[in-house]
Amino acid sequence: MAELHVAATVAARRFDVEFDVAAGEVLAVLGPNGAGKSTALHVIAGLLRPDTGIVRVGGRTLTDTSAGIQVATHDRRVGLLLQDPLLFPHLSVQANVEFAPRSRGAGRADARAAAARWLAEVGISDLAGRKPGQLSGGQAQRVAIARALAAEPEVLLLDEPLAGLDVAVAASVRAVLRHVAAAAGRATVLITHDLLDVLTLADRVMVVEAGGVAEIGPVAEVLAAPRSLFGARIAGVNVVRGTLDGPHVLRDADGTVWHGTPAEDLTGLPAVVAVFSPAAVAVYRDRPAGSPRNCVKVAVAELDAAGATVRVRGDEQAGGAPGLAADITAEAAAELRLAAGDSVWFTVKAQEVALHPAARPTRG
Amino acid sequence: MRRMGTPGAGISLPRWVYVPAVLGGLFVVLPLVAMAVKVDWSHFWSLITSTPSQAALLLSLRTAVASTTLCVLLGVPMALVLARSNGGFVRAARPLILLPLVLPPVVGGIALLYAFGRMGLLGQYLETAGIRIAFTTTAVVLAQTFVSLPFLVIALEGAARTAGSDYDLVAATLGARPGTVWWRVTLPLLAPGLVSGAVLAFARSLGEFGATLTFAGSRQGVTRTLPLEIYLQRESDPDAAVALSILLVAVAAVVVLGLGARRVSGWSAT
Repeated sequence: MAELHVAATVAARRFDVEFDVAAGEVLAVLGPNGAGKSTALHVIAGLLRPDTGIVRVGGRTLTDTSAGIQVATHDRRVGLLLQDPLLFPHLSVQANVEFAPRSRGAGRADARAAAARWLAEVGISDLAGRKPGQLSGGQAQRVAIARALAAEPEVLLLDEPLAGLDVAVAASVRAVLRHVAAAAGRATVLITHDLLDVLTLADRVMVVEAGGVAEIGPVAEVLAAPRSLFGARIAGVNVVRGTLDGPHVLRDADGTVWHGTPAEDLTGLPAVVAVFSPAAVAVYRDRPAGSPRNCVKVAVAELDAAGATVRVRGDEQAGGAPGLAADITAEAAAELRLAAGDSVWFTVKAQEVALHPAARPTRG
Repeated sequence: MRRMGTPGAGISLPRWVYVPAVLGGLFVVLPLVAMAVKVDWSHFWSLITSTPSQAALLLSLRTAVASTTLCVLLGVPMALVLARSNGGFVRAARPLILLPLVLPPVVGGIALLYAFGRMGLLGQYLETAGIRIAFTTTAVVLAQTFVSLPFLVIALEGAARTAGSDYDLVAATLGARPGTVWWRVTLPLLAPGLVSGAVLAFARSLGEFGATLTFAGSRQGVTRTLPLEIYLQRESDPDAAVALSILLVAVAAVVVLGLGARRVSGWSAT
């Protein structure tokens, strides 16, 4: 068990951040470019010495500026996965994954066994003999994951590991990450720009703005009531949590059924989320008889006009999740004569609803 | 990263560019052809297998191999320190270290003489210790190393800068100590640059003349390398000089084409 504690300032970058990640927890870090997300990772990995601060993993102190402690990167047991897989081009896939065990002094046979295990874990045992130049982007990132895990890190740092991949490939690599993240009581920090990563991988989310922590909390809480600008921007989509009830069907806590399109293979996953844009939602006074598969009754909580668009926000969902939102034109809103407290129907096509695995069946 | 296009594909050069390009090519090739037609091919074998020629050739090969080895041993660490350090001292030292690149070799020879010669800065102490360097085969190797080292350093420094330190960083996060990173990541990634740098240094050593003559003299079998032998024969036996010149061209060509042009296979940079 290794919880991570970070408190550090870097004056030159106006960076002043403090946060904890529990053992077995995934913390997503969001924020605009240059806000200090990567600086945080560099401090944890020991690539950057903070002006003042402490980095502690479990009982080990990795950085303590007041005591003059700065453990070298190679002794930190902090794994790093970047957008660029950075596989050693002169080594085979197998040798890449063996690199960490060999560096720690493991014998040839042990390293071989460890590599085989981790390659199997990320589902690419058949690629062991290839050179990195012969791999696709998704395969290379899987190898990079296996290589990082073979070092058995106590902290795993992920810096936009899916950013360079196609949507479909990213989904499959995301599934691998969900499979391995937070295992073995490891603390994981995930930098991302993608709400899907937050929804499907993270337990808690931290928004970093201008070198400081703008907000931090459980994913559902932050997305329900974002207090930071960036949080609000990223939280602008509808999220419905529930359980899988058929290959394309989600049943939420109220028992409402949502038809959607799975973004990846969901079989065997109990907890799923449906994600759709407010712009994909149409609003009706009476239950419509049209083609959209999803039609739910919503009590209007508030109306928010922004230019020619009006956001219709429904009451909180069961379980305290934020109310569903629909973006309609100002004309349509006037025609419907909407007011808070009205009861309306929200409809959305199944095609517009993406079904994703939820990060955790019980939490969030 | 993918390249934008293959060289030569797409946009063509203006036609007039080909005129000076071809002229330049002829300028390089013509003297070699002129020399080749002047060779007395009927006596070629006996000319290049005479005792002084044999001694000069063997000495040249031996010293060039030794100086190339010395260049690699010293130059690889130098190149990486130059490529990785951003300190003011290293930045200031860089032009100084690369100075032999533009220095006339004769001047280099004189400088070496005042450093390692009998009365030299360091040489006087070596002399009292019973070590004499000037006008020995060691002096030949030092002279060649002095002029060749910057070639290897500059080739390798460029390769090291291009490669960056990201791989080293990842290796460190995987638990590799700096020594392990050096042997298992840094050096293997620089192998292509190292090969071309070493070939360049070897070719430069093989042709070294001025510094060798000044610092090591011209004693047959001891310090008289092939270029020195050629210069000497030019007066007494022009036919032998031409034959040996062709031999030197052939040796250099074998090295440069054989090693330098061969792509280091096995992996391609991504």
